[in-house]
Amino acid sequence: MANIRIISRLDIKGSNLIKGIHLEGLRVIGLPNEYALRYYLQGVDELIYMDCVASLYGRNQLGAIISAATQDIFVPLTVGGGIRSVDDAMQALRAGADKIAVNTAAISNPQLITDIARRFGSQCMVLSVEAKQVGLNQWEVFTDNGRERTGLDVIAWVKRGVAMGAGEVLLTSIDREGTRKGFDLSLVSAITSEVSVPVIASGGMGKPNDLIDVVEQSGADAVAMADILHYSRATVGDIRQVAKLAGIGVRAFEET
Amino acid sequence: MKKPNVAVIDYGMGNLQSVRRGLEHCGAIVTVTSDPDVILSASRVLLPGVGAFQGGMTELCLRGLDKVVKEVAAYGTPLMGICLGMQMLLDESEEFGKTAGLGLISGRVTPLPLTTITGQIQKIPHIGWNELELPKGRKNGKGTILEDIKSGDAVYFVHSFMAAPTNYDDRTADVIYGGNLVPAVIGHENVIGCQFHPEKSGEVGLKILNRFLRL
Repeated sequence: MANIRIISRLDIKGSNLIKGIHLEGLRVIGLPNEYALRYYLQGVDELIYMDCVASLYGRNQLGAIISAATQDIFVPLTVGGGIRSVDDAMQALRAGADKIAVNTAAISNPQLITDIARRFGSQCMVLSVEAKQVGLNQWEVFTDNGRERTGLDVIAWVKRGVAMGAGEVLLTSIDREGTRKGFDLSLVSAITSEVSVPVIASGGMGKPNDLIDVVEQSGADAVAMADILHYSRATVGDIRQVAKLAGIGVRAFEET
Repeated sequence: MKKPNVAVIDYGMGNLQSVRRGLEHCGAIVTVTSDPDVILSASRVLLPGVGAFQGGMTELCLRGLDKVVKEVAAYGTPLMGICLGMQMLLDESEEFGKTAGLGLISGRVTPLPLTTITGQIQKIPHIGWNELELPKGRKNGKGTILEDIKSGDAVYFVHSFMAAPTNYDDRTADVIYGGNLVPAVIGHENVIGCQFHPEKSGEVGLKILNRFLRL
């Protein structure tokens, strides 16, 4: 099995790093790139920058933040929030993003998934899915940072998105997000068993051991985390060490 | 020492900012350009790229840059292709039908194996950090961009196709994915290809870029 990826997720509002619970009740944490640099130096494998209010305002303000991040951070950056067109994707890539995460716009215009994948490659097109449990082993897709329901079934939507060209899935459990209660293992399993592209589990990482569960029991290829790092409840190094001791492959990294 | 002067070829594909910053971090003067004169007068040339092979070749040819890259290679200027830029160095690709490449290193671009050696379904694209392996018969990376790299050092990959050179000697390093050996670095004389992204591979990647500037 390939090494799993430890990913720091940075939710951004305006110029601030923020954190919510169930994607709501946002609290300001600080400046995003100060945290990003700290995680880079701790050996984080990737960073996700998510503009939380972009869909609401119809614009994405991450360009300058991403551009500044690339000055001294040399790991992959994914940018999401408010990407509505191939041009928006191009702007983000030009600013220094490596991958584009699309949620809201893909729901109203699924063709956007194919357009971005054709233009920049599938590996660049991350399908971001916000899932809320609505029944036993049933989840509904939400948009606009957990505010709007879509009526779509998560499993069916992810399969469709992958068929249309998404090369990776960022799967966020709204129910677990910000709760520190661990990942929604059934949700992640339901998706990893249905698609052959990598799946990033997001929402609920409360302690390093949660990573072991979602990788071993649910087959996550990558794990996104936010407040466990933001509030320094663990460092990336601590988490890597726990994974390693559990026999999970992680990249070799020497802290300096 | 005079700062190396690197041209990063801009042909409308992907993220060029990170490659520029990575090289600058290693002390290079970098120009991101599609101007043939600038490319031909640089002391090092880098061909980046993410995306599909056909689209990449089309964009390159539209700007007349295919000929320029071939000239760079013929001059003996160190030329490094990254990811799609590496794959385009070969003769042809099977991605979305057959497309001719630049033909600077003999070989073909084929899809990654769909199954692991134990017959399980392989995750495609191959995304993530993976260790570099020296091919059989190679003891170290001396004289290549891997000179400063230790065994077990990991770099960041993201690809669905692989660039397989015809001549085994052109394989500088491999990566094992699902048990299969996949070329990670290839090289023939002054032409080098990197399947992974050194500009996204942390300190290990910066060491590789740094060595490219000093080859």
